[in-house]
Amino acid sequence: MKRFALAGNPNSGKTTLFNNLTGSTAHVGNWPGVTVEKKEGVYKRKKSEGVEIIDLPGIYSLSPYTPEEVISRNYILDEKPDCVINIVDATNLERNLYLTTQLLEMDVPVVVALNMIDVVDKKGDVIDVNTLSSKLGVPVVAISALKQKHTEDLMEVAIQASEKGREGSSVLESSRIGDLVKNVKEDYIKNEVTHPLFHAIKLIEKDELEKGSKEANALIESYKESFNDDTFGDDFEAIVADERYKYIAKNFAPALKRKEPLSKDVKKRLTVSDKIDKVLTNRWLGIPIFLVILFLIFHFTFSENFLYLSYSGVLDGVNVFNFPEDTIQSAFNGAIVSDGALMSPGYIITNLFVGCLDSIAALIAQGLESIAAPMRVQSFINDGLIGGLFAIFGFLPQILILFLFFSILEDSGYMARVAFILDRIFRRLGLSGRAIIPMIMGFGCSIPAMVNTRTLADDNERTATIRVIPFFSCGAKLPILAGMAGALAHTVGMSNPDLITYGMYLLGMVTALVCVILMRNTTMRGKTPPFIMELPAYHWPQFKALMVHLWDKTKHFVKKAFTIILLSTILIWFLQSFTPDYRMINEDSSLGVNDSILAQLGMIIQPLFTPLGFGSQLTTYGWVFAVAAITGLIAKENVISTFGALASLFITVDPSIIESLGEEVGPAYAMIVGTGISNAGVISFIAFNMLTIPCFAAVASAKGELKKGTFKWTLLFWLVVSYVVGTMIYLVGEWWWTVFIFVAVLAVAIVLIVYINKRLDQKNNDKIKMS
Amino acid sequence: MLKKLNDFKVGEVGTIVKVEGDGRIRRRLFDMGVTPGAEVFLRKKAPLGDPLEINIRGYELTLRKVEAELITLEMTTILEREGEK
Repeated sequence: MKRFALAGNPNSGKTTLFNNLTGSTAHVGNWPGVTVEKKEGVYKRKKSEGVEIIDLPGIYSLSPYTPEEVISRNYILDEKPDCVINIVDATNLERNLYLTTQLLEMDVPVVVALNMIDVVDKKGDVIDVNTLSSKLGVPVVAISALKQKHTEDLMEVAIQASEKGREGSSVLESSRIGDLVKNVKEDYIKNEVTHPLFHAIKLIEKDELEKGSKEANALIESYKESFNDDTFGDDFEAIVADERYKYIAKNFAPALKRKEPLSKDVKKRLTVSDKIDKVLTNRWLGIPIFLVILFLIFHFTFSENFLYLSYSGVLDGVNVFNFPEDTIQSAFNGAIVSDGALMSPGYIITNLFVGCLDSIAALIAQGLESIAAPMRVQSFINDGLIGGLFAIFGFLPQILILFLFFSILEDSGYMARVAFILDRIFRRLGLSGRAIIPMIMGFGCSIPAMVNTRTLADDNERTATIRVIPFFSCGAKLPILAGMAGALAHTVGMSNPDLITYGMYLLGMVTALVCVILMRNTTMRGKTPPFIMELPAYHWPQFKALMVHLWDKTKHFVKKAFTIILLSTILIWFLQSFTPDYRMINEDSSLGVNDSILAQLGMIIQPLFTPLGFGSQLTTYGWVFAVAAITGLIAKENVISTFGALASLFITVDPSIIESLGEEVGPAYAMIVGTGISNAGVISFIAFNMLTIPCFAAVASAKGELKKGTFKWTLLFWLVVSYVVGTMIYLVGEWWWTVFIFVAVLAVAIVLIVYINKRLDQKNNDKIKMS
Repeated sequence: MLKKLNDFKVGEVGTIVKVEGDGRIRRRLFDMGVTPGAEVFLRKKAPLGDPLEINIRGYELTLRKVEAELITLEMTTILEREGEK
């Protein structure tokens, strides 16, 4: 099967084209050797045999400075795709063609896909495709990936091109350094290096990854001696970039005929993006608008008092569902309106979904009872399988809704603006505004967020960002947050658990910021990384792309639920249902849950969590929190599914209350009442789980993305932060005056760090002076 | 009149004369199209006064004042956009 690679600038519509070409065959894997996302799919149309499409990361250049650029160039050089489809944004020809000039230097067939041609047409501008094609020396096909126009023609042309093969060509060959390029290339040909032209130019550019033969280096050195340029001196990296742009401006850009010449008048006119930006990045409103958007997203997803209608009293006495308590349908009661408060859309969908799940669970339980299935089977199905799995599945709607919102923010181009308006604040922390994008993505899932840090060029910035990403509580941690917060609110008689939920999100963010400041001032001191970033034009997020995102997320979730989470719940069920000498607890009235294997194990680790408020101070069942925290290391959903599997054992708690709270909150409530944990202990437990080592999958991503040697410290970092924060919450919550101790310790630490850093800076300065 | 980009006011337009800085940062600027001869229009400043947003080669680029200090331009005109001060 032929292999085509898609290469192009970020925001050039590469992903849209990829989705169009590959449809449902797309799958995500990793690049060999690095845990960097690699998207592949198969293009198949009627007669022809399939073509494998590889989506390379979006890049501006083939410089050696960011991992994405290196991956792309190595793929084309080493894996030798049959054709490279270079997707070019027709509305931004000049900069997009800069990458094209570099791709053309490789010995590989290239086809240029001139994307967004519909936008150019609409403006009344014309691009002379034939001229552009003859100047570039490769086929050019004008397409619209979004409207699926001419994408089949593109593939047809690419298939033809792939059959011919191609030798690299460069716009530099006709430039002032043309001789040098030719001579160095000769040397590479002599040494039988593949892609000689590409390597020759990289050597001239002094590319870090390019070594070259002695002769070739000597050639360049001697050439430099005789060469001098008024602006650049003998700086060939600059000369090469300059020559590329000059060539583009002179030869390629004229292919674009504008309807109106780009005079002052046209420039004066505000585009739609400009108008939106006037509001969203407004001097005074920019930051408040961002905070409001964040709040609205969370409010829409989590609030159990949407728009705070309960205070208006308009819904008092309104009941949408009002089934008798003893029927199965009663699971739907309060799904839409409860105690005069309207549920947020996120909660309504969740409640309806959970209502269905609860009804199914009840039906299954009834069925098993009616056929008098053996106790072991009933317990396995009801508590082990359904109890654990359904407790998790109930959260799927909210996870998806949250994910959808953050996808929209990203796809629309707003995320880049957030980086723009907050860079100034982030710089204070020692990061660039760019780092906020992966952090906000962390609210959806840590894994893509960690992958996204690849666009950060600075190693220290990447490491610090990856470490704090899990503190931006992800979808999988949502069950812990919402479940525990709901249960806690019920315990203390608060009507709205969403305040606790927001508070926990805020705590995560604050912890992240404090940790970044600490790291950048202690172990990771260094220059603040630069911030040079494109602000793409706003566009409507595409429905199809969003659905693809959501579908991927759902598939991932279901797969995870039925593999790792299911296995863990079965294991937990087994461990909690049997004693070490294999007697089943349900079948022997002399046994209690504390005789189970799980309890025995839990009691061993329980004392570890005493400073955090969920250790030895708890009564008989206190070990459940220790056990849940450990199972959470496999997948965060396990924390609540563990509670789900255990809930039926808590005979001390009135089962009807648990049931009325539903599959989500009920089990957590049972745990709180059953163990006698204090309120501060509950908050500390949520915080610990939110901040500690993330799930297996995220840990694996972190390992792949982090530089060698920093991984083990990162694990330790997560453990220490979660332990310390948990302890602080518990102690301050129980004995408020301990706050003074923490403040004092913090003050001493700050003074020490500032002092040590001053000394270190002084030493460095002295060293520089000495030398 | 020669002027560094960080001294530009919103609405001012200039042509790049020189790009300084070392290694990585300069290469990044080049790759984004910030090369001598390119025309730059300072579009706006972020809410907190920094970074800057410029229009170059037909697209919007954001960079900090520190990086803008590396770029020297020949100022040509001042553009005032419709509805903008």
